[in-house]
Amino acid sequence: MTDAMLLAEALGDVLYTGAIGLILLGLYAMVVPRHLVRIVLGLLLVQSGVNLFLVAVGYRPEAAAPILLGGQAIGPVVDPLPQALVLTAIVIGVGVLALALALVVRVKDVHGTLDSREVAERMAAETGDSRLMPETAPGRGAAVPAREMLEDRS
Amino acid sequence: MIELALISVLVMIGAALAVVFVRGLMAAVAAAAVVSLALSVLFAVLRAPDVALAEAAVGAGLSGVLLALTLRRVGLWPGSPSGDGDRE
Amino acid sequence: MKGYGRAVAATIFLIGLGTLLAALFAALPFGQAPMQVGQATAVVALPETGATNIVSAILLAYRGLDTLGEVTILFVAATAAGMVLSGAGRGEAQGAPAGFILRVASGLLFPFLLALGAFIVVHGHLTPGGGFQGGAILAAAFFIPLLANPASPLNHTVAMVIEGVSGAAFIAIGAAALFGGEAFLTPLFGTGTPGELFSAGSLPLLYLAVGLKVGSELAGLMARVAGEGGRA
Repeated sequence: MTDAMLLAEALGDVLYTGAIGLILLGLYAMVVPRHLVRIVLGLLLVQSGVNLFLVAVGYRPEAAAPILLGGQAIGPVVDPLPQALVLTAIVIGVGVLALALALVVRVKDVHGTLDSREVAERMAAETGDSRLMPETAPGRGAAVPAREMLEDRS
Repeated sequence: MIELALISVLVMIGAALAVVFVRGLMAAVAAAAVVSLALSVLFAVLRAPDVALAEAAVGAGLSGVLLALTLRRVGLWPGSPSGDGDRE
Repeated sequence: MKGYGRAVAATIFLIGLGTLLAALFAALPFGQAPMQVGQATAVVALPETGATNIVSAILLAYRGLDTLGEVTILFVAATAAGMVLSGAGRGEAQGAPAGFILRVASGLLFPFLLALGAFIVVHGHLTPGGGFQGGAILAAAFFIPLLANPASPLNHTVAMVIEGVSGAAFIAIGAAALFGGEAFLTPLFGTGTPGELFSAGSLPLLYLAVGLKVGSELAGLMARVAGEGGRA
């Protein structure tokens, strides 16, 4: 086991830890907070984590970037295939983000709030469909903490 | 190179924590842009200049602008006319 | 304490998921590409396509259909976002005109951003960059003046015409290969001298189409989210 290999191992650990961290934090942001913009941000984080993982898989130590300006490759290059895939994923991600944000704007216009639970409650009340009703703790009802009522004043 | 990767990952995870846990949404959006920037440094370290360029232009630039514009549109922008600040 | 139940449950679940992912990633040796396709492509890409940027060669020559699908997805997303927002009230979005510094700087920046975006688009087959990255910069070039001066809206008609023409050009270049008896989107015009601006056959033309399409789409998208009415 040479020094270079140990270094590559350490680099891999660092990168995989970063990717896992991003994925987990993004999932947390999608599940726990109730604000719709925060959920969209969580989606963005998960996507970034997966992108980092994919590019890290294609890495080879002491290989050149897949740009052969010198004419021919002088030795190995890193795997270009995951890079092409991630490039596609990044651009599609911006389309998904734009669509999600357009829906956020629309929800704000229609329901006047961006709290996902409150939106669900209003939809349940308007349509009379109890399946849309979020499960609330007994006795808590539709009461929301004052902090989350803030944006209803407009 | 490993040092650069380590620092970038630390910055990235710190910014991601800020995205999830910070109170103001405007600050969370700014932190998301920082995540993208650190990520593009990591892509450059991994010898993926194409992806790094795309992440810097699209992730840190366009996504951040789109998010900020949305916040302004839904009145969560600090100091917007009928806005209530950017608290959730 | 009831409010925290969800957070606690999510945290426990995420710890489990993190352990699972860590175990999976640990079984994946870092630094040894698990598939040989990429290495094989890296060897044959330059002689076959003449593009020195292998990622561009993969995106346009080997997975050209994929890129067409990607551009289509972006188009559908932008159209859907425009549809969702078209009924929304203009609301309070219109801010006051920007300050002096932003107004002057946006005027000064515009030509430079345009040149940078065009450079990155047309050199996509040689150096890092290409239609997507350059298109994003082009979109920023047209969007910054809009931020500085909300009174002069983006001309959506022109943006839509550019988008439609470039999208049709991408498909037309791909279909032109059919007349030579080749598959759809096979690069045309030979490889040329690798490293020169006019090389790699039809790949720069395809990237130009992608750049214009992405640029006009993203600019229109940002203008819509910004909430300006525009001249539809």
